[in-house]
Amino acid sequence: MTSDIAAILAIDGIATGAVYALVAIGTVLIFTVTRVIFIPFGDIAAFTALTLAALDAKRFPGTGALVVALACLATLIEVISLIRNGEVRLLPRALLLYLAIPLAVVGIAWLTMRMDPPLAVRLVLALMLITPIAPLLDRIVFRPIADGTVLLLLTVSVALHFALVGLGLLFFGPEGVRTEPLTSFSTEFAGVLVSGQTMLIVLAALVFSGLLYLFFDFTLVGKSLRATAVNRTGSRLMGIRPERAGTIAYLLGSLMAGVSGILIAPVNTVFYDSGFLIGLKAFVGAIVGGMTSYPGAAIGAVGVGILESFASFQSSALKDVIVFSLLIPILIWRSLASLHSEEEIEE
Amino acid sequence: MSQMLSMTDVTVCYDNVEAVRNVSLSVDEGQIVTVIGPNGAGKTTLLMAAIGLLASRGSMVFRGSDIRKMSVEDRVERRLCLVPEKRELFSDMSVADNLLLGSYSLRDRSGVQKTLDEVYDRFPRLRERQRQAAGTLSGGERQMLALGRALMAKPALLMLDEPSLGLAPLIVREIFRTIASLRDLGVSILLVEQNARAALETADYGYVLETGEIVQSGPAKDLIHDPRLITAYLGGH
Repeated sequence: MTSDIAAILAIDGIATGAVYALVAIGTVLIFTVTRVIFIPFGDIAAFTALTLAALDAKRFPGTGALVVALACLATLIEVISLIRNGEVRLLPRALLLYLAIPLAVVGIAWLTMRMDPPLAVRLVLALMLITPIAPLLDRIVFRPIADGTVLLLLTVSVALHFALVGLGLLFFGPEGVRTEPLTSFSTEFAGVLVSGQTMLIVLAALVFSGLLYLFFDFTLVGKSLRATAVNRTGSRLMGIRPERAGTIAYLLGSLMAGVSGILIAPVNTVFYDSGFLIGLKAFVGAIVGGMTSYPGAAIGAVGVGILESFASFQSSALKDVIVFSLLIPILIWRSLASLHSEEEIEE
Repeated sequence: MSQMLSMTDVTVCYDNVEAVRNVSLSVDEGQIVTVIGPNGAGKTTLLMAAIGLLASRGSMVFRGSDIRKMSVEDRVERRLCLVPEKRELFSDMSVADNLLLGSYSLRDRSGVQKTLDEVYDRFPRLRERQRQAAGTLSGGERQMLALGRALMAKPALLMLDEPSLGLAPLIVREIFRTIASLRDLGVSILLVEQNARAALETADYGYVLETGEIVQSGPAKDLIHDPRLITAYLGGH
């Protein structure tokens, strides 16, 4: 391998890793706040790409129908739960959050689409349609079992992924899509041609990571999310509602997965089931950070991207094997580094 | 003097075991009430039920509202606060962030900075360590932070679970002085303590909890001279 090829592979790996990093940060965010390892995050990323492709083709995506169905179901569950607990006074709020807002989002998307909007608006529409899915799934699927074990939550998360893949096939069909590049700009860097799309991916990852840092460190809501992640009981004693923190975490995580889906769609062909590998590779990155550290997850995800890039050059057929084999030494290292974890659990 | 908290015939169960049985107690406005008793008597369980972390039977009225079925967060919004035995601090976060989060339930944010300054004036050590992670503080400082964080919520009734647990005698005296001074702020206090003497010296009224039931109650100044209590809890002869 010459240094030129190594540089090309490194740049390609960093770009792919940056996409994984966005999903990995979302995965860590959801896990620390809700204890759910949200496997369908990759599906959210893939669905965003497919939604954008449908909008590009002037078709209203099935994601809209999915949001409407989930909104109706979530509203029904919330209303029944409120009536059972004698909290009828909260019904208007529930109808607004679980029904009116998601339906308004779909309505706005549907109306805007009829006006043949430019690419920038289509990007916003795709993100708008995608963002409510995870919070609604949280209300329907995870909140009733919020006190379950991490293993139970993970099992349900895996089942949810398969359900979403099935729905993806139904809504988007078996064909893969590749959306138009967000920019045609390209430049030479250290003798290697770097596309504007690659630069955009890295820039987006940096900007979103920065925004997330500002959100967590400088806003009360961000700090409340961190507090919920650090100490759930302590945060409840401050009046922080874990379910509200969970909803915010799912919204933010979905947005990041959505952005990664938009960024990856012009460089990789995305199928209805492409999300699984994106999510799983981001998960490997998140494990590097111990599922608790955002910088750790981001660095881990970029590492996965670079490894994948070099592995696909050496042996395309074995690239996934090589990437997932990385898990074994990481898990051994992490288990040796955290011998006190049982003590922590007891606390 | 109006009633702040009234618990009537409260029973709390762990599975089928009744940890607290038909307990009735009340706290009046501006009053410090203590619940003393041996280890395992159900004192912590009682406070956990009062804040809503454990389900209970019976009646629980706080400032005129039935709170028994309310969530923890709703109770906190009504300014009922608990400093638990384990403190439950946000150990990875700074002292300042811990204090700020104490004010999370306040809708009117205009007075937060003033309250923060008051807490720092009350506990100057916290001001010195405001950028330090809560997990790196000493036991006494952690207790100060837990108290300060609860005060940030401007509580009407503050419930304290074993505030002296694991602290050096000098710090214990400081903590009890602080608790006594909170009365001047108009904060009512329900204090659960194993250090019965210090608790009764600070409180206006006391209850004795044994194996989940109230076995004795009365003004603290009477209880502190009660021969049975002196023998059982106050280390006397």
